[in-house]
Amino acid sequence: MPLGINGRIRIAGREALCDRSGALWFADHSLLVVSDLHLEKGSAFARRGSFLPPYDTATTLLRLAVAIEQYQPKVVVSLGDSFHDGWGSERMPDPFRAQLADLQKGRDWYWITGNHDPDAPKGVCGESVTEIALAGLIFRHEPTLVSIAGEIAGHLHPGARIVQRGRSVRRRCFAGDGRRLVMPAFGAFTGTLNVLDRAYRNLFDWSSFRAHMMGDARIYTIAPTNLHPG
Amino acid sequence: MAQCLSPPYLDGVTKLILPPSPDTTLPARLPEPFLRWFGKKGWAPRPHQVDLLGRAQAGKSVLLIAPTGAGKTLAGFLPSLTDLAERPKKKPGEAHRGVHTLYISPLKALAVDIERNLTTPVNEIGLKVTLETRTGDTPASKRQRQKLSPPDILLTTPEQLALLIASNEPERFFADLRYVVLDELHALVTSKRGHLLALGLARLRSFCPDLQVIGLSATVAEPDELRRWLVSQAEPGAMSDLITVDGGAKPDISILKSEERVPWAGHTSRYAIPEIYQAVKDHKTTLLFVNTRFQAELLFSELWRVNEDTLPIALHHGSLDVGQRRRVEKAMEANALRAIVATSTLDLGIDWGDVDLVVHVGAPKGASRLAQRIGRSNHRMDEPSKAILIPANRFEVLECEAALEANYLGAQDTPPLLSGAIDVLAQHVLGTACGSPFHPDALYAEVRTAAPYADLDRTTFDRIIDFVATGGYALRAYERYAKIRKTKEGLWRISHPRYAQQYRLNVGTIVEAPSLNIRYVGKGRGTASRGGMTLGKIEESFLEQLEYHDTFMFAGKILRFEGIRDNECFVSNAPDSEPKVPYWGGSKFPLTTYLAEVVRGMLADPERWKALPSQVADWLRMQADRSVLPNPHDLLVETFPRGNRFYMVAYPFEGRLAHQTLGMLLTKRLERARLHPLGFVATDYSLAVWGMEDMGHAFKTGKHRLSDLFDEDMLGDDLEEWLNSSYLLKRTFRNCSVIAGLIEKRFPGQEKTGKQVTVSADLIYDVLRSHEPDHILLQATRQDAAAGLLDIRRLSEMLGRIRGRIMHKDLQRISPLAVPIMMEIGKERVHGDVHDALLAEAEDSLMVEEAMGPNWTQTHET
Repeated sequence: MPLGINGRIRIAGREALCDRSGALWFADHSLLVVSDLHLEKGSAFARRGSFLPPYDTATTLLRLAVAIEQYQPKVVVSLGDSFHDGWGSERMPDPFRAQLADLQKGRDWYWITGNHDPDAPKGVCGESVTEIALAGLIFRHEPTLVSIAGEIAGHLHPGARIVQRGRSVRRRCFAGDGRRLVMPAFGAFTGTLNVLDRAYRNLFDWSSFRAHMMGDARIYTIAPTNLHPG
Repeated sequence: MAQCLSPPYLDGVTKLILPPSPDTTLPARLPEPFLRWFGKKGWAPRPHQVDLLGRAQAGKSVLLIAPTGAGKTLAGFLPSLTDLAERPKKKPGEAHRGVHTLYISPLKALAVDIERNLTTPVNEIGLKVTLETRTGDTPASKRQRQKLSPPDILLTTPEQLALLIASNEPERFFADLRYVVLDELHALVTSKRGHLLALGLARLRSFCPDLQVIGLSATVAEPDELRRWLVSQAEPGAMSDLITVDGGAKPDISILKSEERVPWAGHTSRYAIPEIYQAVKDHKTTLLFVNTRFQAELLFSELWRVNEDTLPIALHHGSLDVGQRRRVEKAMEANALRAIVATSTLDLGIDWGDVDLVVHVGAPKGASRLAQRIGRSNHRMDEPSKAILIPANRFEVLECEAALEANYLGAQDTPPLLSGAIDVLAQHVLGTACGSPFHPDALYAEVRTAAPYADLDRTTFDRIIDFVATGGYALRAYERYAKIRKTKEGLWRISHPRYAQQYRLNVGTIVEAPSLNIRYVGKGRGTASRGGMTLGKIEESFLEQLEYHDTFMFAGKILRFEGIRDNECFVSNAPDSEPKVPYWGGSKFPLTTYLAEVVRGMLADPERWKALPSQVADWLRMQADRSVLPNPHDLLVETFPRGNRFYMVAYPFEGRLAHQTLGMLLTKRLERARLHPLGFVATDYSLAVWGMEDMGHAFKTGKHRLSDLFDEDMLGDDLEEWLNSSYLLKRTFRNCSVIAGLIEKRFPGQEKTGKQVTVSADLIYDVLRSHEPDHILLQATRQDAAAGLLDIRRLSEMLGRIRGRIMHKDLQRISPLAVPIMMEIGKERVHGDVHDALLAEAEDSLMVEEAMGPNWTQTHET
């Protein structure tokens, strides 16, 4: 399939596929990347008296399992904010811990630390790092302000909105300009921040920016002229 | 009535006992200062005021149904005032007395208004009675003081009552409560606020078993529903006493017989502007009612366009900046305005100025609504009010005629009351626990004394308690975080004071649609500048359809959309004379069943066309000629080709909501029948479905049967399937979640923006639906949507009625009756979940741009 169709992109010369689930797949390196899982967000809210459905971890892990089943990666990178807070990994019920361990079996697994989970997760396998270079690219949680070719980051939860025929459609998206990519949040209860927000302004070369929006059936690549704030 | 100085029953003023009024056996006791006051004023208490007083003094709760101007307020307060006047003086050293009377109204403004209107007689009679308001606007210090030293009469709102119940030791605060006066009861009972209030009343009755409730209401279709509402339903079906005051002089209502051509479709009534302006000129003060804010904006600007005499004409709707609204209200009070264009924000019983004409632009949609709005004019009950109806299109001519007939007959079509909402009960359960620990058996019994919850089953109640405690999930994950816990004594008690604080911030049942402030900026300066004056608030859902530099109308101005930053929408003045995005939506009220029936009857009976303007009667004659006019009990379905498409138009007259639901379900069925429908559009009167296949041919040849298509079984699986996937349900879920306390309205010191709530509520909905489809909150959501958004009950009644009575006309070309709805096609927004199709379109335009060169970067300067 040619580049630019169905989420096929190039970052600093490397080919990658934006998966409809929100995961990023580097076939040449058997590398699967996910960002901002925010596991145990539901229980984090419950501690404060907001009883969100306790099924977010299950939903997120299921999505992850589907992606892993499909691509059978040798390496998995979770780009930070993997747990919603520092106690998330300890709070996670045992069945989910077992499910996660199952997914990790036979692969290299890197937990990149994020602002929500600055320390290594407890009681789960995988190596914890602050950032990692793989396949000639650099993976970290927060995008850096200096322009770096080949940076893959998360943190911002990019989303985009189009207006077509008087209807508005808002979706999570992969945000990139061919040099840098900011990945969508993968977790079940994660919200979005519009790519036209100030937080993104100095991250991209806007003449080549694209939002790869996650539709129901596939990924749609949208140019800035068609994007709307809010 | 007011002039009659000394009626026979006021002889012997000093006896303090009034003989019974004609239709009651209860004598009323009116203390001397009151009699003196009435005498000094040259008034006599009206019979219904005496009647109500007598019944109240005999210990009864009473519903008073009376038109505006009948002295309802004084009637409602006489029992309290006389009781307070006879109360022994407070001895020195005696503790503060508790509040004696609670007055509850749906509007803050009404509470303030009543304080003003009641203070005068209280002072003139010389009563030592304190009265104060307590609303969301009351400063915290004053509210605190009111808790320690309450006034005798507290004028407040349903939300404030909920807060008082949830505060510490409410039973002590309410220990001396004797009366509750509920104003505008007809408006309160139809919403979730009414449910919250009913639960609050039940609580108060537990604190004070002798509590009496006085309800004041406009005329309603089913007074008995309201009578049950006022008293405990511990004895099922118990009712309060009822006093009805007849409607005084019949209003003088006419329908504008325009010289102009009445349009086929649309809601603007633009054709009638010169005639409306003339009517304004001919009267002292005109109140112009419309059904939506957009109609208000349009009418206002059109009137100013022809306002050669620069008459003071003002605009009033709920989205305008509060300051601006207050200025209009002040001007109205001072009789400084000649006309006010208003939406339902002015519907309720606030007396302002000398209005001598009400113009209703667009059909009133319901007979009772029309009566209540006309009641605004001429607040003297014995003079006829004057009103003119302006139909916006030809179907509305029929509808206005039907409303006129109903008004003449005194027919009422207020909506039937709904059973108590689950989310509201969840809120109340937490509020109760915040006040004092409760026993579940006792609270269950208490809740069932409230009329909306009289049929509540114990299982649902227990599930609601479980929901409040830990979220009510099958996966018992949150036991250790429980908000309320059961003590050893079996009482549910709040587990931490911070939950009471959280409750106080989230109390209430009004979840506002996400909206943004509209703020001025310099033209083309976009969102970079700081911005100037705020004009008001606008719904996010409206802004979402705008492109940069689109123009639209707000606050009587044409504005250019410059962008959005944070929670603000930036605009500049546009030089255009016509907004690019002209109009949005029809009426928010669906046509009532009653009016629909009259309209159907009118269509079928050529005798009654004589009352109609000749252009409308001619239209119906043409329809009889070219197609057919259905009998009142039949459903007419027409099919015809037009352009390269095939159309099916049905005329159920059941209101837009029911038609939209029907449209969704019909399209699903037509898809299954491989008739490839492409879309549909619905109005209050009819709906049209179009597609690529000849539906008429398929029905005529018996390949598919219309009776199958319209079979009632569509309300089973098809409905369920569509409901679950529909965005409509997400919106309802969001409201239920906020009211039930799953999602917070706001955190201390930080208002959550509407969108953040929307996003998370949608995600929660998806996760919950896939894991626990029977969760109590999803049950609440479906119950709400079925009743409000989808009008399932009405649709189901209609499908039952037309069984075996579908009249199919396969035509060669469009029929006269179909013209109005065919003109809506393309103007209405498309329905359904077509997100991916829209994304694909947006992606396609990228290809065009790539082919045309990258000049788009310049336009992306935000």
